[in-house]
Amino acid sequence: MPSDAPVEEEIRKMTIEAFADTIVPGEKRWPGDRAVAGASAGPGAVAAGALELLEWSATGVVDGLDELTRMLNDQARAHAGWRGLSLDPAVPPFVALPFGERTALIQALISPGHPEKDVWVSLALFSNMAFDTGAHMNTLDAIAEGHPGIKALGLFMPDADGLWRFPRYGYGRQLAELHPHTTPSGSPA
Amino acid sequence: MTSLESTDVLVIGSGFGGAIAAYHLAAGGARVVVLERGPWLEGKDFEHDFKLGSSSTRIFDFVVGDGMSVLSGNCVGGGSVVYFAAMPRAPRFVFERTGSIGRRMWPGALTRDTLEPWYDRVAEAMPVTKQSWDDVTYAGGLWAAACHHAGHTANPVPVAVDNARCTNCNWMMAGCRFDAKRSLLFNYLPAALAHGAQIRPMHEVQHLSRTGDGGYRVHYNVIDDEDYRIHTGSGTIDAKIVILAAGAGATPVILQRSEPALGRMPHAVGRYFSGNGERLNTAVIDEDRAREVLGLDRGDGLAYAANQIGRGPVVANWDRLDGSLPEYSRFSLEQLYFPPGLGTILAQAPEAAGPTWFGVEKKEMLKRWQSWLTIFTISEDDNEGVFGLPPATGNAVRISQQMLGRGNLRYQPTANTLRGWAESDAAVRDILERDGIGKVMPWTNDVVGAYTVHPLASCRIGDDPATSALDDRHELRGHPGIFVTDGSAVPGGLTVNPAMTIAALAERAMPGIVRAARDRGVSVTYGAPSPDGATAGRRGTAALVPSLTSD
Repeated sequence: MPSDAPVEEEIRKMTIEAFADTIVPGEKRWPGDRAVAGASAGPGAVAAGALELLEWSATGVVDGLDELTRMLNDQARAHAGWRGLSLDPAVPPFVALPFGERTALIQALISPGHPEKDVWVSLALFSNMAFDTGAHMNTLDAIAEGHPGIKALGLFMPDADGLWRFPRYGYGRQLAELHPHTTPSGSPA
Repeated sequence: MTSLESTDVLVIGSGFGGAIAAYHLAAGGARVVVLERGPWLEGKDFEHDFKLGSSSTRIFDFVVGDGMSVLSGNCVGGGSVVYFAAMPRAPRFVFERTGSIGRRMWPGALTRDTLEPWYDRVAEAMPVTKQSWDDVTYAGGLWAAACHHAGHTANPVPVAVDNARCTNCNWMMAGCRFDAKRSLLFNYLPAALAHGAQIRPMHEVQHLSRTGDGGYRVHYNVIDDEDYRIHTGSGTIDAKIVILAAGAGATPVILQRSEPALGRMPHAVGRYFSGNGERLNTAVIDEDRAREVLGLDRGDGLAYAANQIGRGPVVANWDRLDGSLPEYSRFSLEQLYFPPGLGTILAQAPEAAGPTWFGVEKKEMLKRWQSWLTIFTISEDDNEGVFGLPPATGNAVRISQQMLGRGNLRYQPTANTLRGWAESDAAVRDILERDGIGKVMPWTNDVVGAYTVHPLASCRIGDDPATSALDDRHELRGHPGIFVTDGSAVPGGLTVNPAMTIAALAERAMPGIVRAARDRGVSVTYGAPSPDGATAGRRGTAALVPSLTSD
């Protein structure tokens, strides 16, 4: 790599961000954003805090992130070789892959039978969790800060005390016939 | 070390199997200690919060295996604290199942009829009640209406929920903040405590060994209250009787790890695991079609868009619970809610051209999350799960500080199991895609394998020593004085939510366990009323007790 290549920490950050962005894609954070591919409108897993969740010791994967970064970039180099793609040396190999190729590579890594599937599935699960729940933050804080995943899901707001209650919850009428063999206790016969 | 500590009865786990045992034995006069590996939380501790480390991850375990992932409770009260409190009884044909062994797999003494009085005891104790259509949530109503439109019936499911207290917040899996869910924290466990039982949270049993006097020594680690990867101590307690109720994902692991000290375990310990044939489908509902085709209207301009509102499963389709159908073609289909995270990651985007469970099209599907309707299949699998060698401690190598771990359960669904899933997928699609109501896809099994919230049968009762680890009184074959009363004792998939059956079997096991304790010199009698003092259930089972305590 040239001397102006990103330092190791930056390589890791960009590589893991690019992985998370493949799981829940988002819009570029700034013009020229390389880690986030910009494959989807609106923020994705990276903006939702995937890095914060993965780098939190509670999650249990932070100690492996350097190794996973190396593995993912090795896989990306090999993938580019098979596809005959040339990679921009200014960014880590996985980041240099176009979005469709990132997706194809991750699909292969998490396929049933792949010997290293477990670690990639862990990264994918936490990337999803960062977007779907903001699991690195208290949910009320996440809502207050406009967490993009929680917003995208359209979560209804809690009451003033931070708890959810839905006084209107049902249609209030019979909508089907009961099974003819239902027992008096309401169970199947 | 505390190896001088002793008790009459040591109970491992405080879910249905453990709580029921602790209550009856303590009420009968025995000294009872319950070791529970999870924390002891109650109403005010249960948070509406997705953050890792909040109650939802402290009391819940997600163990990824090889082909099967198991979700279970991890707290005082066990599954009853995190579950959806659906308490149907198992249909009659279930007890006649032959499953993978080609002959009836339940003990000869057990049928729906002989279990019925024990079901009644549990119904009185929890209590379990029927629900009316007024109790049914939007999601349950939508499922009922769709079933009706497709020519099917649909039933409100009996539950252990106080609907007057329920706010329909849908945070049941994080524990009930409003004390509406009638978990074991409100019946058997407080009654056991009142009779002197001790419950010790954060105590994870590792293995058993023998004492010199025919009893057992129980070896445990103490788990850090916040980071479950850390052990802060260890100890032992001696007991005359040991009751394992650590759950079907953990009980066989404790016994496997005990084999060097106790001697050979029955063949069926850690085999015949059933995931209760579980599977999920998620539909994205077309709001306009829900209004036009099903005539649904919330009264505020919306037809549905209420995935977040409600509680657990409230409506089930039982049309395929038909004993005349061939085995593996029978299943129930329940409307269900899982919160974001566990409830979203494995759902697949219908008609996606690219990846289905992640990526661009999955993100678009998430934007319609309030219009999701998730349907839970409970079918008949083939008891094909087998536990590998136990991990160093617990039942999994813990990855995260709480919740996520890697276990040694292997599960490769047989053609029978796959057929049941395929037929149920088709049934769900037929109902929910009819006339454009929605688009449906099953959850992927490619990521963490199949999954179950109702692990069963990994240490099961039966008449045949070759295919059952326990006799029909739940005593571990070849190891007198060790009993198993949790879901691992259930012989196979039940086609409905299993808590009611697990609890009824535990109730039925109690007279025999009390008799065994007496034979070992424990001063204890059987005959406690319901935890609140009611006696109808006791009267109903009285005639059955002699057959469960005779030689």
